[in-house]
Amino acid sequence: MTRPLVIGVGNRLRRDDGAGPAVLDVLHRLAGQGTQPFETIELAGDCARLIDLWDGRAVVSVVDATRSGRPAGAITRFDALDRPLPRDTFLHTSHVFGVTEAVETARLVDRLPGRLTVWGIEGRDFGQGEGLTPQVTRAAARVGEAILIARATTGGDRTDGG
Amino acid sequence: MTDAGTRTIKVDALARVEGEGALYLRVKDGEVKDIQFRIVEPPRFFEALLRGRMFGEAPDITARICGICPIAYMLGASQAMENALNIEVSGGLADLRRLIYCGEWIESHVLHAAMLHAPDFLGLDDALMIARDNPDLVKTALQLKKLGNDILEVVGGRAVHPVNLKVGGFYSLPDRAALGALAPRLEWGMTAARELALAFADFDYPALDQDYHCVSLGGAGEYPILKGRIVSNRGLDIDIADFETTFGEEHVARSNALQGYLKDDGSPYLVGPIARYNNNADLLSDAARDLAGACRLGPTVTNPYKSILVRMVEVFYACEEALNLIRGYAPPAAAAEPATPAAGVGYGCTEAPRGICFHTYALDDGGRIERASIVPPTSQNQKQIEADLLAVVSANLSMDDEALKWRCEQTIRNYDPCISCATHFLKLDIDRE
Repeated sequence: MTRPLVIGVGNRLRRDDGAGPAVLDVLHRLAGQGTQPFETIELAGDCARLIDLWDGRAVVSVVDATRSGRPAGAITRFDALDRPLPRDTFLHTSHVFGVTEAVETARLVDRLPGRLTVWGIEGRDFGQGEGLTPQVTRAAARVGEAILIARATTGGDRTDGG
Repeated sequence: MTDAGTRTIKVDALARVEGEGALYLRVKDGEVKDIQFRIVEPPRFFEALLRGRMFGEAPDITARICGICPIAYMLGASQAMENALNIEVSGGLADLRRLIYCGEWIESHVLHAAMLHAPDFLGLDDALMIARDNPDLVKTALQLKKLGNDILEVVGGRAVHPVNLKVGGFYSLPDRAALGALAPRLEWGMTAARELALAFADFDYPALDQDYHCVSLGGAGEYPILKGRIVSNRGLDIDIADFETTFGEEHVARSNALQGYLKDDGSPYLVGPIARYNNNADLLSDAARDLAGACRLGPTVTNPYKSILVRMVEVFYACEEALNLIRGYAPPAAAAEPATPAAGVGYGCTEAPRGICFHTYALDDGGRIERASIVPPTSQNQKQIEADLLAVVSANLSMDDEALKWRCEQTIRNYDPCISCATHFLKLDIDRE
């Protein structure tokens, strides 16, 4: 049985855009030296790749920074199989897909994983350089803990609670 | 908004374009008085960051300029270092480089053409609507894109920011079985690319013909990807070492990205798929030329909206070329040519999906970078984008604001501009007086 997959989306060199990768760091730190309960993938760039990365997976969590106008560090969580993601919450950069485009395209072509939870952490500073704003650092820790607790209690990420 | 003769169109964000930018248009008495394509993404200072680094670090550092076309940066940097250090990369190593570059063309072109640009021609707002209206098309495009990514992974170690490329060649040679497994998928890829291209050929293309100065690589006896001289449809034919004496870059107050121009007369020029095709269509394979003909592309393309068709012809060609390279692959004796640090100046230029990408570096005795200059395609195309927009707006002033906004966005997307690479979303303001 494959381990749950956690994908941290974002660029560590663009401040709070690194929220997704920071959650992966939290998971690694909390898991310690033993067998990691998750497979983790850091994805900076084209989110269209998400559709391939979660292909055939039973349980997947995706964490990305949001820019929705909420306070820095605000956490949002979506059961992607339950309802569409909002259009203007996650960052959409480009001639590349953002998380919303990837999830909704996958839904339309029937390529969502068995269970998909999408976490958003509201960022404030998306400028150049490393380091998160304090609120985002705290939020990354909370999301990492929540994913780990869900794994321990349900065998995967769930959308109820927190 | 219309008020007593003054109309303002404001677009807060141009979707499906990488980076942050804006477009300002001022129209007075039915005439376009000012047009400014602004790139407001903050500068990224990669060239300064490279100074003091060892020559061998440049490919991996420059790969971070772009998550879509890292190969262009890695190989342009490698090529320049090899030029400075008198290293010849040929045979199987050169074939592997062309192969991985084909992978980058496939993944980059397919994402842009099928998912981001095609909605413009179908009257759809975004990529999701195309998936809703035509899921089979999107499934095919996703599979094609994955094929390109998988080539990067097999040859380059991973699909985004590959780790297996270095000055002189590769850290390790790819697994032959993994290479062989790509072959039947590439055969499918040729069929899929052809089907998509033919479907796109039936789009209703806006009328616009531009007299482009097309600049690309050429003269190497093959459809240009990694080698050749810099040539144009107006007789330019220079060694890549002469790039900086022929082309300039200037800073304009409205933009954080430098804008390219021809030093002779300050004029704009075009790089990218149309320029490549116009200068080198005779070097495409017979099957790729047949596909271009079936898509009603003549030997010269002057309508920038048809860049979507040229991209798909190039996807077909890249699949075919990759297949040929795999079938003919003879593993080289070593994964890389040795590289010894030395002083020197080197030049590199390759055909990134969006056009020529130039690199030059000066190295000190110990092989440390003293000077670095990188000129990405979007910087080079900026002035031409403004020229296209001027022509489009001038010819379509009778359009209502919403329709004109749509057309401007579609026009900019012809270039698939990578604003992040160029410095590097677009905000559009149109003032009508």
